[in-house]
Amino acid sequence: MPQGQEQKKVQKKGGGDGGEDAGQVTSSEKGEKLKEEMDEILDEIDSVLEENAEEFVKSYVQKGGE
Amino acid sequence: MAIPKVMGIETEFGISGPGMADFNPVLSSSMLINSYAGTLRKIRWDYEQESPLRDARGFEPVQERQPVEEDLGLANVILPNGARYYVDHAHPEYSTPECATPRSLVVHDKAGERILERSLEAVQVMLPPGQRLSIYKNNTDGKGNSYGTHENYLVDRKTPFSRIVRDLTPFFVTRQIFTGAGKVGAESSREGGKSVSYQLSQRTDFFEAEVGLETTLKRPIINTRDEPHADPEKYRRLHCIVGDANLCEVATFLKVGTTALILKMIEDELLPDLSLEHPVQALHEISWDVSCRQTVRLRDGRRVRALELQWEYFDQVKKFVKEVDDSPENAEVLEWWERVLTGIEEDPLSLYRELDWVAKHRLLEGYRQRDGLAWRDPKMRLIDLQYHDVRRDRGLYHRLAATGKVERLTTDEEISAAIMAPPEETRAYFRGRCITRFPGSIAAASWDSIIFDTGREALQRVPTREPLRGSKEHVEELLEASETAAELVDALQR
Repeated sequence: MPQGQEQKKVQKKGGGDGGEDAGQVTSSEKGEKLKEEMDEILDEIDSVLEENAEEFVKSYVQKGGE
Repeated sequence: MAIPKVMGIETEFGISGPGMADFNPVLSSSMLINSYAGTLRKIRWDYEQESPLRDARGFEPVQERQPVEEDLGLANVILPNGARYYVDHAHPEYSTPECATPRSLVVHDKAGERILERSLEAVQVMLPPGQRLSIYKNNTDGKGNSYGTHENYLVDRKTPFSRIVRDLTPFFVTRQIFTGAGKVGAESSREGGKSVSYQLSQRTDFFEAEVGLETTLKRPIINTRDEPHADPEKYRRLHCIVGDANLCEVATFLKVGTTALILKMIEDELLPDLSLEHPVQALHEISWDVSCRQTVRLRDGRRVRALELQWEYFDQVKKFVKEVDDSPENAEVLEWWERVLTGIEEDPLSLYRELDWVAKHRLLEGYRQRDGLAWRDPKMRLIDLQYHDVRRDRGLYHRLAATGKVERLTTDEEISAAIMAPPEETRAYFRGRCITRFPGSIAAASWDSIIFDTGREALQRVPTREPLRGSKEHVEELLEASETAAELVDALQR
């Protein structure tokens, strides 16, 4: 990816162990109000998310289309 | 002189049967559609005007009333709103009726989601206890299998295809900064893709070519399929396969609104050459960078961000609209386009009310922060998937919409009406109204024909090869004055 070199520093490509990827944290989420709204959204989502995420995601296999 | 942009969106929905050991996506898709369509199943799809490739798989004399698809057990119906709803490969597919404005297309695309949701409710009573189907308006299973969301635009046949390729490619490569539906991880074998934790587009990982006929392997940025479904001497139907399935209304509106205007400028040969040096590579790299700062090289040597190219297109289109194509619809496209590009300029992640990739990213970040989840955590992938669930009480996009956390351009009433009512501005009006008024007297139909069976000896085929004829303005009076299909056919022949 020769053309992408200069951008790597801002891309924050993470392997995904949960902590090192803070560069993608939304800078717009300032203030208590936004945090409150976010907590509210997450509570709402908690109540509708499918159970057993790992099994559910694993079993979602599609045939290609088009 | 550019021609009006008649447009439509085809969506292949993801389908699964959670917990069903013997789940068959083809039969389940068919059952899903048939349970919604009911008696409309009796009306066949008319393949006569389709390409030889498609004719080869089962055209039968029009006297045969038994649908071909029924023989195969596969649903294929035309709905009262003028849409086509059928099984394509192993997916339920909804093709919107032809629309003439971006707003109308957003409404009908949304009506498609509702039709899938209603189908789920209808099919549930046919399933054994404990079983259910799930439907997702997305484009990938996260395991390397993709299914499409295709946009179609009516284009002047006189426009050289090479010009479309030159001018549309850089636009398609860069528009994903607002059309992307977002995806956890990557499904690309390209260098640089493996370490991506979240990207703008569901689809771009699957694109490997610049131009081509394929849609299932070696997918091209510009697809060359040439089935106009209209007068082939005058028109081309540009079949665009590079887009994502959007749930955010602003994203769908901008996707089709900006592309339609770009195509008009291509027809008028007004766009400068903004060719990219490596379009496929650029398509991937732009998607992988949620900061939207990735630069790509143009053939003229410049290195620019996707945003800068979009601003360049915006300036060109703004001038075009002012001088050539001033209308309230176009003004609305420009307004949203400017607002979204400005937002990306300031902070892409501020657009969580407008864009799917940002709305989803915000949810995922919320979970990462609250629960300390890694990007590769199965729960992150579940959130990604369930964002696209068509059920309004379960789909995460729909939960955001229900609580006023995304921008709306339409109302629930408009969407509900579009489940049964065709758009008024195209031939879809004639098709949809005929299906509604005379369902028992139509043997078959397609995008460019309706075949009436009025009880007379011969079936009567009414061609609809002009996409803008058969609008409400043209045919409402005639339809209202006809008590029966026979009267309508007689009146049309006068």
